Amino acid sequence: MTAPQDATSSDARAPDATWSRACLAAALVALDPAGTGVVLRARPGPVRDSWLDALRALLPVGMPVTRLPPGIADDALLGGLDLPATLRTGRPVAQPGLLARSHGGIVLVPMAERLAPGIAARIAQVLDTGSVEVARDGIATRHPAQVGLVLLDEGEGEDEALPPGLADRAAIHLDLDAIPPGAVATPLPRPDLDAARAARSALPAEAAETLCALAARLGIASLRAPLLALRVARLHAGLDGRSIVEELDLAVAVALVLAPRARTWPQDADEAAAEPPRPDRDDEAGPAGQESGEDRILAAAAASLPPGLLARLLAHEGPRNRSPGAGRAGAVAQAQRGRPVGARPGDPRRGRLALIETLRAAAPWQRLRRAEGAARLRITADDLRIRRLVQRRETTTIFAVDASGSAALERLAEAKGAVESLLAECYVRRDRVALVAFRGRGAELLLVPTRSLVRAKRALAALPGGGGTPLAAGIEAAGRLAAAERRAGRSPVVLLLTDGRANVARSGAPGRAQAASDALSAARALAQEGTRALVIDTAARPQDAARALAAAMAARYLAMPQADAARLTRAVREAAPSC
Amino acid sequence: MAPTQSALSRRAPKPAFVAPAARPEPKARPPYPFSAIVGQDAMRRALLVAAVDPTVGGVLVFGDRGTGKSTAVRALAALLPPMRAVAGCAYSCDPVEAGTLCSACSARRAQGLAVQTVPVPVVDLPLGATEDRVVGALDIGRALGAGEKAFEPGLLARANRGFLYIDEVNLLEDHLVDLLLDVAASGVNTVEREGLSLRHPARFVLVGSGNPEEGELRPQLLDRFGLAVQVATPTDLASRVTIVRRRDAYERDPAGFADEWEEAEILLGRQIVAARARLPDVAVPDAVLEAAARLCLALGTDGLRGELTLMRTARALASLDGDDTVTLDHLREVAPSALSHRLRRNPLDEAGSEARIARALAEVLG
Repeated sequence: MTAPQDATSSDARAPDATWSRACLAAALVALDPAGTGVVLRARPGPVRDSWLDALRALLPVGMPVTRLPPGIADDALLGGLDLPATLRTGRPVAQPGLLARSHGGIVLVPMAERLAPGIAARIAQVLDTGSVEVARDGIATRHPAQVGLVLLDEGEGEDEALPPGLADRAAIHLDLDAIPPGAVATPLPRPDLDAARAARSALPAEAAETLCALAARLGIASLRAPLLALRVARLHAGLDGRSIVEELDLAVAVALVLAPRARTWPQDADEAAAEPPRPDRDDEAGPAGQESGEDRILAAAAASLPPGLLARLLAHEGPRNRSPGAGRAGAVAQAQRGRPVGARPGDPRRGRLALIETLRAAAPWQRLRRAEGAARLRITADDLRIRRLVQRRETTTIFAVDASGSAALERLAEAKGAVESLLAECYVRRDRVALVAFRGRGAELLLVPTRSLVRAKRALAALPGGGGTPLAAGIEAAGRLAAAERRAGRSPVVLLLTDGRANVARSGAPGRAQAASDALSAARALAQEGTRALVIDTAARPQDAARALAAAMAARYLAMPQADAARLTRAVREAAPSC
Repeated sequence: MAPTQSALSRRAPKPAFVAPAARPEPKARPPYPFSAIVGQDAMRRALLVAAVDPTVGGVLVFGDRGTGKSTAVRALAALLPPMRAVAGCAYSCDPVEAGTLCSACSARRAQGLAVQTVPVPVVDLPLGATEDRVVGALDIGRALGAGEKAFEPGLLARANRGFLYIDEVNLLEDHLVDLLLDVAASGVNTVEREGLSLRHPARFVLVGSGNPEEGELRPQLLDRFGLAVQVATPTDLASRVTIVRRRDAYERDPAGFADEWEEAEILLGRQIVAARARLPDVAVPDAVLEAAARLCLALGTDGLRGELTLMRTARALASLDGDDTVTLDHLREVAPSALSHRLRRNPLDEAGSEARIARALAEVLG
């Protein structure tokens, strides 16, 4: 699909059109920080700093702008017991956390793509209720906390996506990477926000329907998106001093809220946008007024998007998505080793004692305990805190190799080579590799998940080839192994090397049709378990069979007629970055 | 360390009970009305069933973001008719049910208990809550100020006779989830900490919600919930438009919106009250019991919990519908939410659990 705005003459738009659009977004956020929120996709640099400065300048005097430190602890984020004040005054003193202190203001989240799911969920709860409920360390209270979120997205790879819950709640999604640093030097007129704050713009009856329909046409599933778009349209009308929301406001909302979330772009609107919007389109519209209104809004929105943005979005099939259980999300809490992430009550015999936290926990009770005995410092079992540790989840790469006659023997050899070089690498990272081969009437687990290079080499050396292709059996065996690995707390990745031409059914009986449908249903079962997978088509001339299999598996598909160990290794590393 | 603790508890005086401090709640906007929720019939039905018969054992709502999971649970609080409770009791004991009284109320029962009307508690368990505030612990203020030991009840005490809601249950720390499930199943909270040793009633309906994208739910946790419903974002334009319109109207004027829906809310509240009153008299014919048993056999669910939940849910639904006999249609309607999370995963069967239940229903009930 071509990006609509690439077709419009690029010289007609001065580069700072994108910048003024970004500044418009800043004004909309400043109007109602808690009601909007931004995802700011930009590399750290002068453009991003200028945008943040512009936002700060637009905020009312005294509005707090707080930066969220990465890896913030619960007591700092949500609040807790102010220990020094408590001990000094002899009564429990609650200390509000960062979110409560930012009430009525803005919270900047740097490196939002690295935010831990737990922290993201806590912030999401606060955004939903507009208050922080503190139930910690003997404190039970609720602070108002209406905050506007600015998520700074610095993610690079596909695996580094924002926490979906927070990205969904942020109205405006901005991409500043296309703006040249020179563009931000031009000062822009300062909008009159005070007048806009007082404005209450009415919404035409069909506005909600238009935005919902557009969201549907752009493939946006979330219901928050049209709702937030509605809000942004209203703010924009207020900013322009209009008492009724017009098509122009809806177009701005589509460009800022809906378009960046798009997973598809309607073909007809694509064409409509490719040609500059004509004023006489109204006359052509005729009876299908609603439909063409949508198209006009879509076209206007597309025209105001930065060059190449749509193309980039759609090339990645929409916004980047965290695959379930992928990447950084794959961290095991309650691990026995790993890096510390705070403390929790517990028995030091089953963990490492956190001395400072233990002393902190004991401090408020000293007066009470002293009354019962003469010791200077009394620490009881309830005070003991142990370190909470998280550990990177280990990956197990499961090779499911088609060892049948239809898969040429030399490809098998390349697969062996890839397994060995992966193993050599994984060994360093302490990840595991397993191998399932299928040929003849069934599948065989040739290499149980292992880190041992020697063992793997021995198993692979004995890998025989030839016979029928019991694809379903092979996929099932890999799936069983994946499930077992998941139960053991590791995250499995299945790598299926096949030409997709099954000819042995699950029952072991020959027959192409039954074999193929069995293979597809096994593939779907694998996808349903949520197992990450990669299908490598080893056919000399790639055909639809393997591609359909990959689709059923929700797996990435890679045609590799001349599979060689090096390319294979690279492909796997992309599919499973942690390996 | 351990000897210190046992010495303490030996010497510890009987802890005084204190009423939960009257917390000045900031004037919150009225919750989104339950009756104004569009679609999501399975979720609404499951919550109403739990409100009619708390013994169904909790509700798990799992699904997409922004489908109104939290909204529905919080809306339920406003819908429930107020209940009678012992005045000043930290656990809102039911003055009529002698068996469920806390120890303080039992002791005072002879002298007669003052009664007041209180709203049914729907307690939100925030992520980041620490164990001491969930279970209850020594009152830190009294320990610091007067140097005395007093038990300060926690969230479990507040939730007694009501609902305990955990948003993002899959992100709550495992040791807290285990503790909550244990208390929810037994109805009693046992506190053994800081030299305190006491038990208090904690009967509540556990409602959990979560999004599978944020982290998987431990399988052993799943079947501890009585009902489980999957929610998905509606895909038809008409309901999406209605949802956005209503939500927008609510956000612009919460009080006005609540007023508009007040009548519907009152009617629904009355329906719950009537259903509760009718529940003991709703008959479950043998044919329905047999069908339930055959259904569970066909699906291979473990243990008797599935059948029991199925029967109770069907009965509560019949009661909600104003019927005095459970029919096979009731069974059919509640089977997915009562059983879908109890099926063992079958790697050979790629059909979703709902489809498997539909198939079993067709086989068993015809």
